[in-house]
Amino acid sequence: MRPAVVMLLLAGLALAACQREERDTRPQSALGSGEQPTPVTTLEPGGQRPSPSDNKAASFEANAFHLSEGKRLFGWFNCSGCHANGGGGMGPALMDEKWIYGSSMESIHATIRDGRPNGMPSFRDMIPDDQIWELAAFVRSLSGNAPSAAAPSRDDDMMAHPSENRMPNAATLGKSP
Amino acid sequence: MLVCAPLMAAASEAPPAPAISPPAAAAPPDDGQWTMPAKNYASTRYSELAEINEGNVKNLQIAFTFSTGVNKGQEAAPLVVGSTMYIVTPFPNIVYALDLSKPGAPMKWKYEPNPEPAAQGVACCDVVTRGAAFADGRIFFNTLDGHTIALDANSGQPIWNAHIGNINIGETITMAPLVVKGKVLVGNSGGEMGVRGWVKALDAGDGHVVWTAYGTGPDKDVLIGPDFKPHYDVDKGKDLGVTTWPPEAWKTGGGNMWGWISYDPDLNLIYHGTGNPGPWNPDLRPGDNKWTSGIFARDPDTGAAKWFYQWSPHDLHDYDGINEQILLDMDWQGKQRKVLVRPERNGYLYVLDRTTGEVLSAKPFGPVNSSKGVDLKTGRLIENPDKQTGTGKVVRDICPTASGLKDWQPSAFSPKTGLLYIPHNNLCMDEEGVEVNYIAGTPYVGMNVRMIPGPGGNRGAFTAWDIAAEKPAWSLKENFPVWSGAVVTAGDVVFYGTMEGWFKAVSAKTGDLLWQFKTSSGIIGQPITYRGPDGHQYVAILSGVGGWAGAIVSGDLDPRDATAALGFVNAMKDLKNATTAGGTLYVFRLP
Ligand code: HEC
Repeated sequence: MRPAVVMLLLAGLALAACQREERDTRPQSALGSGEQPTPVTTLEPGGQRPSPSDNKAASFEANAFHLSEGKRLFGWFNCSGCHANGGGGMGPALMDEKWIYGSSMESIHATIRDGRPNGMPSFRDMIPDDQIWELAAFVRSLSGNAPSAAAPSRDDDMMAHPSENRMPNAATLGKSP
Repeated sequence: MLVCAPLMAAASEAPPAPAISPPAAAAPPDDGQWTMPAKNYASTRYSELAEINEGNVKNLQIAFTFSTGVNKGQEAAPLVVGSTMYIVTPFPNIVYALDLSKPGAPMKWKYEPNPEPAAQGVACCDVVTRGAAFADGRIFFNTLDGHTIALDANSGQPIWNAHIGNINIGETITMAPLVVKGKVLVGNSGGEMGVRGWVKALDAGDGHVVWTAYGTGPDKDVLIGPDFKPHYDVDKGKDLGVTTWPPEAWKTGGGNMWGWISYDPDLNLIYHGTGNPGPWNPDLRPGDNKWTSGIFARDPDTGAAKWFYQWSPHDLHDYDGINEQILLDMDWQGKQRKVLVRPERNGYLYVLDRTTGEVLSAKPFGPVNSSKGVDLKTGRLIENPDKQTGTGKVVRDICPTASGLKDWQPSAFSPKTGLLYIPHNNLCMDEEGVEVNYIAGTPYVGMNVRMIPGPGGNRGAFTAWDIAAEKPAWSLKENFPVWSGAVVTAGDVVFYGTMEGWFKAVSAKTGDLLWQFKTSSGIIGQPITYRGPDGHQYVAILSGVGGWAGAIVSGDLDPRDATAALGFVNAMKDLKNATTAGGTLYVFRLP
């Protein structure tokens, strides 16, 4: 890349946006990582400990490619059949600030991989690990939890709601929509 | 308050003696009980009780209430047998028996089947049940996770438990069973999950499966044999349940049976509809997609099909064909006919000859633009090409919606007025077909949907339909879809509920509002009326919003997504401001 172009980009975009297109050219094996425990509560007898984080979370979260892949996979694996375009249906809404099992990348990754008891299927044997991280990143973007420079900015289908890069952060909306 | 005024007044002169009545064998004289959700095999939901009438209904007051402990959509009809009332809740499908002979109707017993929690994730439109049925000292009901259970009505002890549905392929059971000649008839839900539909007859004695009739596939699976004599030529031929589909598509093609069954003892025939074909996107399943979105007449002993008629061949708009059918005998254009009346999801009020399946009449009972009528020669629905859905195109303002001009919410018929009282919707929609992968146990829809209020802006209506005249006698507008059932009495009072939570009594003759009571949550249940152990008439309703229309509240969905709950949320954005979730039985009586 020519330095002039890089300078221009740096000037125009926030720091986070610089990584929007950065990614591993050779993704990890299908089964991947993410086997560490992901608590679904903040109650920890004996004092709260820092929740374990997966280094994949950060690299997928702010990445435009992974987010747009996540959006595609959300339809491909029929997540949208149960969660609609984030507003919910057979499954709960994913665009609000209410989380049953945690809003972190790690929690959502665990939700998709292992399923949840009240009807969230386990996609462990169906979706490769990296794609689960892509889905997790996209799910977070539905509630405004992705950098707007990286979140998907368009919809190819009938308008369901404004594109993900314009979604306000649900947690700071003040009240439930 | 919202508009609720009769649009038309009834004819001024007194109506002639009942020219239309249910066959006596399917609607025996009223004994004051309520043993099945539809009241009787003819499905009239008509009570001969008249203590509560047009003049005194305004005095109705609460007799007792009871919390079901479950805050999901309460679509069930309570049952009353002797001095006991039975209610079944949405998932987790708890059955309560209440002792009506004691003050406050204390609990006699309760039964908790503990269904698999994962079933909640594969139930398309809230985790509802439409009720239980009583026969021979037993209560029969279905659980969301695919069990049919028989309980001893006195003790609540389970007698048998048949596991007939598999949630791992997306199968659930939400319908109320019907017991006919010692057989418990049950069908599956899952038309949004690519589930192949069936109706099963279980032996009422021990629960074993006597016969299974599928909604798609080869004739031997559909129980089509030598007795099958459909009226129209398009329904004749071998294995049409296979050949009217792309290869193998019938295996994931829907045609479920989650609605109502009627029974004519004289003809020894049961009647049941079939649900929508799957997926919704019609481009993925060229052909007529038999035997979906239609109606079968079957022999209850063997399940053998006698005739079939398809309301919506190659359905384009999710017009499930599972609504109630009211069996009536009437003079039709100078000839006495045994008819079957069906307010159908596609918007037409059908009158069929129930011995042959011939369509005698099909008139729209509200705004319809998805089709241009029914060709009475061929029986075929005339689709409107402008409203044809398909992959990659957005078609706007299709009326009625996927939820139909009328969904499952059952109507009631009064032989005194000759009118059918139809609770229904008034909604339109935009649809866009998209590609979809079949993954067992996940939705198989392939359609983006966005619903909007129909012409006039009122999202619901309650219409009294003059069956003989083939036109409405009067119609009331309601702000929200009327998702509750109806009941009509010899006292000329009709009861229904609204999604705001009003329980209403209107005049069967004019539609004038006579009384209303605001319950704690929106009403989507089925009202019933019975004679209590004290000899007096009571009216009962379960309040508790939910169902497909109320999923925005019962499932706490986000109204910013126009496609939430298969597009229904877009038309119900304000429901969260009008009501909250609940689950309470209300029983009323005169002072
Ligand atoms: C068959 C329906 C169904 C499908 C398909 C489905 N989900 Fe779910 N999902 C649910 C249900 C039901 C729940 C709630 C589970 C619970 O409460 O135990 C849920 C929960 C979740 C949650 C947790 C929400 C919270 O508040 O903690 C996330 C995240 C999620 N799903 C994402 C996905 C993704 C991504 C996909 C596609 C790979 C998907 N779901 C596919 C039904 C489904």
